[in-house]
Amino acid sequence: MTTETLLSQQEAAIAEVLAAYPEKAKKSREKHLGVDMPEGVKGACDSTKSNKQTVPGVMSQRGCAYAGSKGVVWGPVKDMIHISHGPVGCGQYSRAGRRNYYIGTTGVDTYVTMNFTTDYNEKDIVFGGDKKLKAALAEIDALFPLNNGISIQSECPIGLIGDDIQAVAKGYKKESGKPTVAVSCEGFRGVSQSLGHHIANDMIRDEVLPDNSYKKDFVSTPYDVAIIGDYNIGGDAWSSRILLEEMGLRVIAQWSGDATYKELTIAPKAKINLLHCYRSMNYVVRHMEQEFGVPWMEYNFFGPSKTTESLRKIAAFFDETIQAKTEAVIAKYTEMTDKVIAKYRPKLEGKTVMLYVGGLRPRHVIGAYEDLGMKIIGTGYEFGHGDDYKRTKDELSGSTLIYDDTNEYELEQFVKRLKPDLVASGVKEKYVFQKMGLPFRQMHSWDYSGPYHGYDAFAIFAKDMDLALNSPVWAHTKAPWESN
Amino acid sequence: MQDVENIVNGQKLFLKPEYQDVFKNKKQFESSAGSTNPEKVIEVAKWTTTWEYREKNLAREHITINPAKACQPLGAVMAALGFENTMPYVHGSHGCVAYFRSYFTRHFKEPTPCVSDSMSESAAVFGGLANMKEGLRNCKALYKPDMIAVSTTCMAEVIGDDLNAFVIGARKDAEGELDGTPIPAAHTPSFVGSHITGYDNMMNAILQELNMVEEGVEVEKDNERINIIPGFESYLGSLKEVKKIASMFSDKIVMIGDHEDQWNTPAGEYKLFSGGTPLAVAKTARGAGTTISLQKYSTQATAKMIKGDWKQNYVTCNPIGLGGTDEFVMKLSELTGKPVPSELTKLRGQLVDAMQDSYPYMHGKKFAIWGDPDFLLGVVSFLVEMGAIPVHVLCHNAPRKNWEKEMQAILDKCTFKEECHIWGGKDLWHLRSLLFTEPVDFMIGNVYGKELYRDTKIPLIRIGFPIFDRHHLHRYSISGYEGALNLLTWITNSVLDALDEETKEIAKTDYFFDCVR
Repeated sequence: MTTETLLSQQEAAIAEVLAAYPEKAKKSREKHLGVDMPEGVKGACDSTKSNKQTVPGVMSQRGCAYAGSKGVVWGPVKDMIHISHGPVGCGQYSRAGRRNYYIGTTGVDTYVTMNFTTDYNEKDIVFGGDKKLKAALAEIDALFPLNNGISIQSECPIGLIGDDIQAVAKGYKKESGKPTVAVSCEGFRGVSQSLGHHIANDMIRDEVLPDNSYKKDFVSTPYDVAIIGDYNIGGDAWSSRILLEEMGLRVIAQWSGDATYKELTIAPKAKINLLHCYRSMNYVVRHMEQEFGVPWMEYNFFGPSKTTESLRKIAAFFDETIQAKTEAVIAKYTEMTDKVIAKYRPKLEGKTVMLYVGGLRPRHVIGAYEDLGMKIIGTGYEFGHGDDYKRTKDELSGSTLIYDDTNEYELEQFVKRLKPDLVASGVKEKYVFQKMGLPFRQMHSWDYSGPYHGYDAFAIFAKDMDLALNSPVWAHTKAPWESN
Repeated sequence: MQDVENIVNGQKLFLKPEYQDVFKNKKQFESSAGSTNPEKVIEVAKWTTTWEYREKNLAREHITINPAKACQPLGAVMAALGFENTMPYVHGSHGCVAYFRSYFTRHFKEPTPCVSDSMSESAAVFGGLANMKEGLRNCKALYKPDMIAVSTTCMAEVIGDDLNAFVIGARKDAEGELDGTPIPAAHTPSFVGSHITGYDNMMNAILQELNMVEEGVEVEKDNERINIIPGFESYLGSLKEVKKIASMFSDKIVMIGDHEDQWNTPAGEYKLFSGGTPLAVAKTARGAGTTISLQKYSTQATAKMIKGDWKQNYVTCNPIGLGGTDEFVMKLSELTGKPVPSELTKLRGQLVDAMQDSYPYMHGKKFAIWGDPDFLLGVVSFLVEMGAIPVHVLCHNAPRKNWEKEMQAILDKCTFKEECHIWGGKDLWHLRSLLFTEPVDFMIGNVYGKELYRDTKIPLIRIGFPIFDRHHLHRYSISGYEGALNLLTWITNSVLDALDEETKEIAKTDYFFDCVR
């Protein structure tokens, strides 16, 4: 397909989608949809409205502030207990659904996959639940003496009924001497999970980073770095960490996949903070820069091209020893990834992909697909902001449909019109497209495979994309007696 | 020597030291190498596995750990999807809906339609009327549902949105676009009850909305007509089987709230809505002679409405297990005045035959089981029918008083009833303590049991909701005679799998590693 035909099809798809909306919704939605090109004129990445209220009554794929804080930022901190404070549902639906891998004895010294909730009932709503919360904190400490702290993640009713969870946390912290953090991440705050990330970061800033107890005895080396914004989905942070260690760096903290409270507090001791998911953690690295003078750098470990680029960028911050080691690391792995590409690229070359994810992936994974000869024809963020779209522009290599906070109706229409070979999005969308006989990969959970970060993980990524696109199962969709 | 308190067969008997001595004695005459005296692994008794910890754990009142229940709106979504071309609409933040959709999608491996009106801070201050006005119109325009079933979240409930007034207001505001579209609305606060309460409230709201009659207008009655309400049923095969059994008695038996097809759509094309009780049929539910609920505790408000407002005959049958299915079949026979068809008698006979073939593997085996109240009444009664021992029956969302009494009546039929305990209102961290201190042979429950399996090593048989980590189990039935056969098959073969697992070590434990059973 030529660029012109693709462009006209993309524009037609937008027009078609908008036509279905009532006037008010149409006005709102048209500001979130557009097409962009890698260079030249200003396109959708410059003008797309984002981080705005979702149109009511549609099947949005967005989550809430609680999901952003508990589900993403705080939840993976493994040696702390995170209370879903409020009714039973939020904690139950978010339980163990994200693959934030960690090592530890669950229920004894680590707690990530467990669900702690104050299970609010009617009388708590009427009379308030501060007393219940306080008692819950004590019960937790009695039953889980090895926990290194407690966070209180508030659900919608808490803010609405005005419970003073900050006071409860402060009081308990004083009494017990244990880190106790109240995070006011009620689901109705903001327009998506994004505000939850921000609120969660702010609480790390206010309640965790000032804790000097572990910083005092910390002995620094010139090569200390912290991984920030990697949630260790399927082990991503581990397959990232190995590269940094091989190039001679010392990873002193991992946020927040497989993280411990101590790692959170010593991150300001790093020489540089390495930031993978910009959207969810840029706030706190900016703070660490201001407060502690720790510089930060974004990097992208999806696909060998981007990984290599990122490793060199990281190495450039350090001395020649590191740079030389880094080149050796790159050479070692390039040999392997070249073989991976030689094996899979012929099977994937020229295939088109539409992405719809959150965080950083709508732009970060583009390079990985391109390493395999695949082409992104549409991408968008569930909860991106303007700066995410600006960063996306640099990654585009052809006419690309840009859709912000798109909903299931729009995505379905876009896919039907543009007929990509692969859709890469989340679980709520997965079966919609598979029903159509379209290969699909979940790019939130790596479809229970992974990791996808780093060189070793790229081999898994390539294998998975081949598995998705070239499986014989898609050929069975139509019965032999049905005409085409 | 056998311990009369715990008589074992060869599988464990030969592991006893005296037999090991016999083997060792013989060994000295054998030419084979290898030690027959493996070091005993001494387990460090962990505090969390002790009675002391258990007492502390069971005494907690304020923190819930690993609950075995979810919240109301989830159930409301299931109830709504049981009706043809119906969009579940949640009045609240889209975050909640993202959760409901993911939860069902992960269980059924199917898309789950549901919208919200995306309430946020401004709605918290000013109320959600503006959201509902716009949301209902957008929903109708985009997805073209024939009915929009509105439920609430805790947020909407806490700020006290006037749901019925809002729906009326939104309808007036919609310039005719919502005319003719029923919009039942149910209060489903997440801080009351659980997902089964939400199912109940939504079912109640839908039936009331569709069956409204003006004062003085006669309801068209058809006493032969029977409604069946399935309840919060996660086994699609159960819905199918109940319908099959019902059709053997009469073509005037209809399922009200039939979500079988919605979560079982074929490959080839994607359709938002699939199957469901036709609205035209649901609208005449009031005129039926009888409504049968298959889940008593999932339909309590609905029952009250049908008995009180509709003045209709209302019965509950729980067609899980042999006795439960017998009762259901006899009830259908009684209500339709038709004898039980010979086909069903044959199916029953085949089930009983299978039970008699397999019972030794379930008899006397100890089980822990958890789930929703009606599910437990059914499956526990089957365990008792098979001679198994339901040692721990845990129900987090049980209406304590009546349910426990009903469950106790089932356990009283158990040969080993003094070993059986009911744990109402307890969670899965409580169960962990129970399992360490009073262990069982097997567990029956949902996906969250796999953590208990990891910690206690007690095999988990996945029956319940949700099940995220195994595929296609929801397609089967656990109701009716064939459903009971499925339960029998899964449980017996899990027992046999465990036996193989324990006897697979070559030259050590592989006596009783049999090819014929």
